[in-house]
Amino acid sequence: MSEATVREITYLEAVREALIQEMRRDPNVFLLGEDIGVYGGAFGVTRGMLEEFGPERVRDTPISEAAIAGAATGAALMGMRPVMEIMFMDFITIAMNQLVNQAAKIRFMFGGKASIPMVIRAPAGSGTGAAAQHCQSLEAWFVHVPGIKVVAPAVPYDAKGLLVTAIRDNNPVLFMEHKLLYRTKGPVPEELYSIPLGQAAVRREGHDVTILAYSVMVPRALEAADQLSQEGIEAEVVDLRTLKPLDQATIVASVSKTGRVLIVHEAPRTGGLGGELTAVVAESEAFDYLDAPIRRLAGRDIPIPYNRTLERAAVPQVEDIVAAARELAREGR
Amino acid sequence: MEEIVLRPVLDPAVISHGRQQLLHTLPKERLAWMLQKMCEIRYFEEKAEELYTRGLVHGTMHLSIGQEASSVGSIAVLRPDDLIIHHHRGHGHTIAKGADLKLMMAEFLGKECGYCRGRGGSMHIADIAGGNLGATGVVGSGIPTAVGIALALQMRRSTQVLLAFFGDGAVNLGEFHEALNMAAIWKLPVVFICENNQYGMSGPARTMCAVQPLSVRAVAYNMPGQTVDGNDVLEVYQVVQAAVERARGGEGPSFVETYTYRWRGHSKSDRNVYRTQAEIEEWKQRCPIARFKQVLVEAGALTATEIEAIDAQAKANIERATEEALACPEPSPENLEAEVYAP
Ligand SMILES: Cc1ncc(C[n+]2csc(CCOP(=O)(O)OP(=O)(O)O)c2C)c(N)n1
Ligand SMILES: [Mg+2]
Repeated sequence: MSEATVREITYLEAVREALIQEMRRDPNVFLLGEDIGVYGGAFGVTRGMLEEFGPERVRDTPISEAAIAGAATGAALMGMRPVMEIMFMDFITIAMNQLVNQAAKIRFMFGGKASIPMVIRAPAGSGTGAAAQHCQSLEAWFVHVPGIKVVAPAVPYDAKGLLVTAIRDNNPVLFMEHKLLYRTKGPVPEELYSIPLGQAAVRREGHDVTILAYSVMVPRALEAADQLSQEGIEAEVVDLRTLKPLDQATIVASVSKTGRVLIVHEAPRTGGLGGELTAVVAESEAFDYLDAPIRRLAGRDIPIPYNRTLERAAVPQVEDIVAAARELAREGR
Repeated sequence: MEEIVLRPVLDPAVISHGRQQLLHTLPKERLAWMLQKMCEIRYFEEKAEELYTRGLVHGTMHLSIGQEASSVGSIAVLRPDDLIIHHHRGHGHTIAKGADLKLMMAEFLGKECGYCRGRGGSMHIADIAGGNLGATGVVGSGIPTAVGIALALQMRRSTQVLLAFFGDGAVNLGEFHEALNMAAIWKLPVVFICENNQYGMSGPARTMCAVQPLSVRAVAYNMPGQTVDGNDVLEVYQVVQAAVERARGGEGPSFVETYTYRWRGHSKSDRNVYRTQAEIEEWKQRCPIARFKQVLVEAGALTATEIEAIDAQAKANIERATEEALACPEPSPENLEAEVYAP
């Protein structure tokens, strides 16, 4: 890929570009969701797409999450490649039956004779003051359901490349976008490219402690790592990128190298992905290299509050990551 | 009063007659109270908008400016011990139900003394003690909850009734259908009030809903359904009154569609690209507050001077509430875990 075609664009623009380029390439790809047409989506992701693709392929729906998910599932069963948008990840609860009992089950239950190539785009996370019903990170539920893949990009480059792969994947893929990342910028090639699912990225190398993160916690972990570096602690930051399938090899290699692991996510701690990641490390050969207990830093076990100070205190911030990693780096020395 | 037969389209003669009757039978203080609440809603939301623009609010808000007749006309029918449950565009319902303006503004500002102690915000103001069982931010979610509230009232042989408010967008959720059917087969004491402000976020009710007017959906649940001019507070009152009497009398639920218009954008991020400025202007000409004032003066129910005084009082109430709310302390982030479960 030539350097000249790489520009700085936002995460939001990267998502849009993947949608546009895949829709140009494959007439089976279409979008459906609430207010994605003339409004351009609640966050503006699909702005301008109605003009290019028309109302048939950029399909505004009524506020009917169950039927949106069902319509996507049925169209996918017929070989279309729907990309459905759930305006806020919280409302995926309404679509749960279609996604969990239909979309995720059909292939296996029907003896592998059918498949459901669909994408569920879901903006997640807190930080916008939208309170308890508009800020959740529900990825762990989906990781728990065989038949659905889960992707959570942290940078614009991945947002585009992973979404392209998700659209081409022959299974339901939950594509989790973080609202606070939408405006962040990064280098993205103009051309179409895809990033394989199931490959983590080591964003920063270090030998003192491994930080496992995804989505918005990746930039926070990187900022924390810069601060830690000034104190002489070198953190290795692993961006999981895909939560299912999970890149266990990269995790195990990093933890084996550093001997310390801090797992960071925004979703509440109890029953969160951190438990699974802990088990992955504990069950692997990395366990023998651990110099300190595995540590989790996650959202508190509370609904997201409205007040700005409370909202901030509900999920890990840069300073929390710095403190937790510092403590961990000193442990067992 | 002439009996109102609930059906999708009202007989204008009956409504006009009913309006005149109301103007003469409702105590003057009640009419004044209705006007005051409508003005307070308008000023509250204009203030909310101002505070938002000044960067004092973290989060979002949904303004019901232009829809004041729907909330006040409905809730004015209730006894003080009756109940409401409502949705994200809920400032109007909350004020009409008699909320303390300071506690409400404090919640909007995320303060500890707010109705939800700064945990809920604009979208989730609840005044449980005052019979406002809270606003949901997930479209349609309050409708099945309403069934449960009404079920409890019925099982306790209560004479209270519940008004359940939601928007036109909510009628396309499965939960709406499940809830209305259940309420109907059990004859629950609830009135479903669909505030049709003609749009979801951008989705027009006229294209997103297969059947118009929305009130004809009531037929599917064998309950009375009626569309009213949601910008005419006395028309709303008449129809909701008939529905409330029916609910209180144990005859079961009704469905009322208040046809109105949202002047402002859906929320903070709306560029209004899905409708024309001319349409917005046209509906501003049908201001429910200006209309009510005119009707009151014409009927001799209130003088122009009295009306001015009510309006000024409403404005002053909002100013004072805002000042007091701004002075309230911020909540503490400590020990929030202890609040998640009831002891
Ligand atoms: C289940 C669900 N889907 C989508 C949304 C996003 N959303 C918030 S309000 C709204 C429009 C609601 O329209 P309507 O019910 O007519 O109420 P209005 O906002 O017009 O008062 C939408 C789509 C939501 N909050 N909940
Ligand atoms: Mg509406």
